[in-house]
Amino acid sequence: MTKQIFTLPDVGEGLTEAEIVAWKVKPGDTVAINDIICEIETAKSLVELPSPYAGTVLDLLAPEHQTIEVGSPIIAIGEGADDGVGAPSGAASSASVVGSPSALGESLDSPVPVMHEPGIESGPLVGSGPKADAAKRRPRRAAPSSARQVPPPVPAREPEAVWSPLNKPEAPAAVAPTQPAAEVTAPAQAPNAVVGLLSRVLAKPPVRRIAKELGINLEDVPATGARGEVTRADLESYQAQREREQDAAPTFWEPAKKAQQQRVEVIPVRGVRKATAKAMVDSAFSAPHVSIFVDVDASRTMEFVQRLKKSRDFEGIKVSPLLILAKAVIWAAARNPSVNSQWVSAPGGDEIHVKHFMNLGIAAATPRGLLVPNIKDAQDLSLKELAIALNELATTARAGKTKPADMQDGTLTITNIGALGIDIGTPIINPGEVAIVAFGTIKQKPWVVSGEVIPRWITTLGGSFDHRVVDGDLSARFMADVAAIMEEPALLLD
Amino acid sequence: MGVELPTTEFSDIPDELWLELEAHAHEAAEGHSAVVRLLDEKGGFAAGSKLADAVRALNPEDLRAMYRDMAMIRRFDIEATALQRQGQLSLWVPLRGQEAAQIGSGRATQPQDYLFPTYREHGVALTRGVELGELLRLFRGLSNGGWDPRETGFHLYTLVLAAQVPHAVGYAMGIQRDAARAEARGEDPGDPGAVVAYFGDGASSEGDVHESMVFAASFKAPVVFFCQNNQWAISVPAEVQSRIPLFNRAKGYGFPGVRVDGNDVLAVYAVTQWALARARAGKGPVLIEAYTYRQGAHTTADDPTKYRLSDEERMWLERDPVSRFEAYLRAEGIADDAFFADVAAAGDALAAKARADILSFEAPSLEDAFANVYAEPHPLVAEELAWHREYEAGFADTESAVDADRAQEGGR
Repeated sequence: MTKQIFTLPDVGEGLTEAEIVAWKVKPGDTVAINDIICEIETAKSLVELPSPYAGTVLDLLAPEHQTIEVGSPIIAIGEGADDGVGAPSGAASSASVVGSPSALGESLDSPVPVMHEPGIESGPLVGSGPKADAAKRRPRRAAPSSARQVPPPVPAREPEAVWSPLNKPEAPAAVAPTQPAAEVTAPAQAPNAVVGLLSRVLAKPPVRRIAKELGINLEDVPATGARGEVTRADLESYQAQREREQDAAPTFWEPAKKAQQQRVEVIPVRGVRKATAKAMVDSAFSAPHVSIFVDVDASRTMEFVQRLKKSRDFEGIKVSPLLILAKAVIWAAARNPSVNSQWVSAPGGDEIHVKHFMNLGIAAATPRGLLVPNIKDAQDLSLKELAIALNELATTARAGKTKPADMQDGTLTITNIGALGIDIGTPIINPGEVAIVAFGTIKQKPWVVSGEVIPRWITTLGGSFDHRVVDGDLSARFMADVAAIMEEPALLLD
Repeated sequence: MGVELPTTEFSDIPDELWLELEAHAHEAAEGHSAVVRLLDEKGGFAAGSKLADAVRALNPEDLRAMYRDMAMIRRFDIEATALQRQGQLSLWVPLRGQEAAQIGSGRATQPQDYLFPTYREHGVALTRGVELGELLRLFRGLSNGGWDPRETGFHLYTLVLAAQVPHAVGYAMGIQRDAARAEARGEDPGDPGAVVAYFGDGASSEGDVHESMVFAASFKAPVVFFCQNNQWAISVPAEVQSRIPLFNRAKGYGFPGVRVDGNDVLAVYAVTQWALARARAGKGPVLIEAYTYRQGAHTTADDPTKYRLSDEERMWLERDPVSRFEAYLRAEGIADDAFFADVAAAGDALAAKARADILSFEAPSLEDAFANVYAEPHPLVAEELAWHREYEAGFADTESAVDADRAQEGGR
């Protein structure tokens, strides 16, 4: 009597797991082909599984109410000696494909029947959908005419790398890391006309000539042209990049040349870096962040900034679009007070503290690291006072003289990532607050105004909000209000 | 001045015409829903029908063969579903409940006809002599087809919804042109053939079907549009697909449409035979809506209990096509217990053969793909094939490696 294992099939086009809801048979029962053995629940449906084998149930290999992976063995059925139809023919043909019947039986008799990986030809198509191809390549024979010498495959390892139904590619076979490299290099050098034809890089003759003059191998150039053609622009950008790398290389790699062990520089995490790391982790993993972005035509803000710079009232005061954004944020927060609040976990239950003042934080890169000093009671400041406060804050921070008190009790933060030409990012909320606004770079872009494309000063604003406090609707209103001011600063007079 | 400019404004609709249009619109929205039926749910025969003569022309042997086909394909369908549940097929598309629509229409075709199936026409395949095991190759992922359509006049399955319908109309127009050319040369065009385009109620919503019907009507193409309305487009009910009974749509294209009880094999047979005869005679297309029911899931990846009620399923089980026809055969004394037992045994044998077939299928090698690029030998393909063989031969898993592998396995 041979033992046959039925593995959980993929009953619904790409399922990876299922739960056995109920077994309809128990060890000792006799089953015929297509008798229902169990009911399973997949992500798609409740399905009854019919037995593929006739015989006696030897063992149930998976418990009820537990999710198991497709391909896991679920039942062992011993073949009835008298049964001559259906199952034996199926078993025989599958055995003939995967190896000698005795070898199959032995492997199945082992306590954990993990060996019954389906053969391609006649095994069950379990997991036919989602399973990725084997990542490992089969070894190549060394081509006799090959120019480079490829080390012959190590005999002891060879069987493990052979991909056959008996030896599944995911088998826990440790392969020396150097071996795949040897394998990969081998096929590239088959001296064959077709291979040469297929691997020849597409490029127009002038491009080939320039590449030759510059000593560039066209195969190294990332191609963007049609059908993988290397264009002249590709070549030029590759050359530019190569020059940059060559210029930068000596300084960047210099320490490595001195001592091999300095290839990795170890920096202890202390001070601001440590505080920043802790604050970011706390915020990112306690406050569920939701981020939204809006593109804004900031042309009027730019005009407004220009006018302010020229006005006598603002003489000697640095005015930037950040000032308008700061004012816009204060204005918008006044209209949507909940974004200017704090989530407080109190012993008697969680609370939301809405602040009726604005300590506007400005994220600043300082010699000590990232600091977020804030402008106290910013809601009371006039535009000019706000500009002065911003200047002072920046100057102090840059000098590394920001005091701890300057960084406490912030209620809402702005981070000006556009200063370095970055379009936008997803900011992380400063701990103790529920909202942060990121200010992207302002640059001229084609913009459609009244059906015509004209150049306008465009920026992108991003906001992250603590979803425990600020819902999508509120965050959208707040960001729309901020955007409205950037589009039309005159609304501040409202 | 004085020149009268053309106007794009129309004068208002006269009152009497308006009322008529309103009345007509109302009527059209209802549509008529008469169903052609020869066997009632108890298996009683409607001898007075105009189509009854088509059935009278069948001898008892034909009727028994019709039943045998229905029962066999039902048994095969059960086995294929089980094979999918056992992991031997990636997918199966059950036909249970649609046996009469498929066997009736398939048996009404002539050998020179050409049929374009969807992916559920296993019963039609049986009537056309397709080796049923071959159907499973597709669902096992071994082949894009599995049989040579030229041998049986049964086209390969089309998994893209409704895509086969324009093909069918094009094929029908080709038949027309071949005949016209043969006639012009003074040759005998042979027996005229016709085309059957199978599709479902869900596919009827696709643009392909609309375009096909426009062309078929314009060119009077010899095509029969055979829509099996099995009530459910996966989870979308048929009444959402069409506000009027589906076959009424034919009127809009200018050819006849008829609804037939799709669970009445004799009515399906008679109506399809009539429509095909009409098409072969050059009178143009017909839309047949076979009103039936998918008793099982859309495919093995579907769970119908999530979108329809068991009351509905029970109601349709009472209209089961196989048992209805069995009742008729017994009542008329055409078949006895021995016959039905014989059919059941033959069904089990067919199922066992299908199971054995599928386990013996070998996966095609990549090399086979080179054979299907051009109809004739081609130097580039030959060169690439040679390269492929050289590449495949370059792997190190020689016999000795496999042997070593097995030895290690045995010693474990």
